[in-house]
Amino acid sequence: MESVLKVDKINVYYGAIHAIKGISFEVNKGEIVTLIGANGAGKSTTLHTVSGLLRSKTGDIKFLGESIAKTPAHRIVARGISHVPEGRRIFQEMTVRENLEMGAYITKKERIKGNVEYVYEQFPRLKERRSQIAGTLSGGEQQMLAMGRALMSDPELLMLDEPSMGLAPILVDQIFEIISNLNKTGTTILLVEQNANMALSIADRAYVIETGKIMLSGTGKELAKSEEVKKAYLGG
Amino acid sequence: MSIINSLISGLSLGSVYAIIALGYTMVYGISRMLNFAHGDVIMIGSYVSFCLTMYVGMPGWLALVGAMAACTVLGVTIERIAYRPLRGTGSLGVLITAIGVSYFLQNAALLIWGANPRVFTTLFKGLDPIRLANARLVITAESFFTIIVCVVIMVALTLFVHRTKAGKAMRAVSEDNGAAQLMGINVNQSISLTFAIGSGLAAVAGVLMCSAYPVLMPTTGAMPGIKAFTAAVVGGIGSIPGAMVGGLILGIIEILSRAYISTELSDAIVFACLIIVLLVKPTGLFGKNTREKV
Repeated sequence: MESVLKVDKINVYYGAIHAIKGISFEVNKGEIVTLIGANGAGKSTTLHTVSGLLRSKTGDIKFLGESIAKTPAHRIVARGISHVPEGRRIFQEMTVRENLEMGAYITKKERIKGNVEYVYEQFPRLKERRSQIAGTLSGGEQQMLAMGRALMSDPELLMLDEPSMGLAPILVDQIFEIISNLNKTGTTILLVEQNANMALSIADRAYVIETGKIMLSGTGKELAKSEEVKKAYLGG
Repeated sequence: MSIINSLISGLSLGSVYAIIALGYTMVYGISRMLNFAHGDVIMIGSYVSFCLTMYVGMPGWLALVGAMAACTVLGVTIERIAYRPLRGTGSLGVLITAIGVSYFLQNAALLIWGANPRVFTTLFKGLDPIRLANARLVITAESFFTIIVCVVIMVALTLFVHRTKAGKAMRAVSEDNGAAQLMGINVNQSISLTFAIGSGLAAVAGVLMCSAYPVLMPTTGAMPGIKAFTAAVVGGIGSIPGAMVGGLILGIIEILSRAYISTELSDAIVFACLIIVLLVKPTGLFGKNTREKV
């Protein structure tokens, strides 16, 4: 299988705090891979390191065979990685449409219009609200906008950080359905979730992170059945 | 009629403050730092314009363009050398550095141009004042053009940040630096552009101000700088319309208190207004209440 992302023994520090302790994992083309683990385990830190907002002191990160460990964050997007950060971080004071334009900052002009149409197709709510100031959207709509914005740059790899956070169960189902659909249309997905149940149900493969280390890995189904995972993350 | 005359002078002075305040507020918005050297960039711009007309013999408008170019380069250079290396290290270090840059520029000017005040030639030499209502209402060419220039700058800047890709990127970086990087926006470039625009505008403000108040010294920029900073805070620092409105309000208050209350007290009154506004609305007139949404 063709490797899209290969993270090799990264170590990340926040000042003196050793947050990521030699994590390695891989995402192959067409897969949904999920990182699960408790709060503060280092899942978001891992994604931030891949997208270049944080740096690893050691090891390497390869995207489509090329090292991106030293590439500035704004160039990593252009390589084909889109990161939907935790808490969405949409531009609250801009309109929905402007947020999408920002997502297309590095996208070729002739592709932007089609991409906007594609995003509106995936998230019809965004089309209805395109002139609205993003900060006035509901939590679910903001999550859709964050995902739509990330799709504007035609990503090869979409990284989602806690897309279900703070959403009503019915919206969580909807968001996960959209993630599955995006994956079926060819986008490779790296998903970070606390909702381990949902994440494992759609993931091809999964890694369990605990205090900055990978404790377990396997297919989504294997891990969903594993006693340890059940006890720690699936509520018994 | 005299009150209308005062209001017009106030608008004109306020326009200068507004143009300077734009530089403060845009830089604060995008890099969360107070660039206390901004006032001194105004002074350098005025000296450059002064020298270009005096020693090179350029016409006023060309000297203004020259001053803008010089200040743009100066602003970008200051950011590159003094502020960028400190980015992400906490705001106190950058603040002290900005004060250091301010003293550096003042002393550099002292070395180059000396301590003696220079008499600035107005940009609008030979233009007659506009007289209305049997010459009871007099608008000087300086006032008239200062207000016009300010309006043009406001409109142009508003269009720039709302309609152009680079302008929208600046707003994105102002709102969330990290998320902007995830969009592929080069944050360093965006910040450089902001310093370039702010400093270019500082040159315009300097030349307009020295045309109306033609005394040029190495400390010329300090007081207007502080007042424009006050204007930016009154308007809500980080907000472009806030800086505009704050500047105009401050200019009008200053001139009216000079005319009707006391010349000596006018500065005190201006700063008292700052305190009152901040007591009533701590984020300034157009400041946003930072909301948290999970």
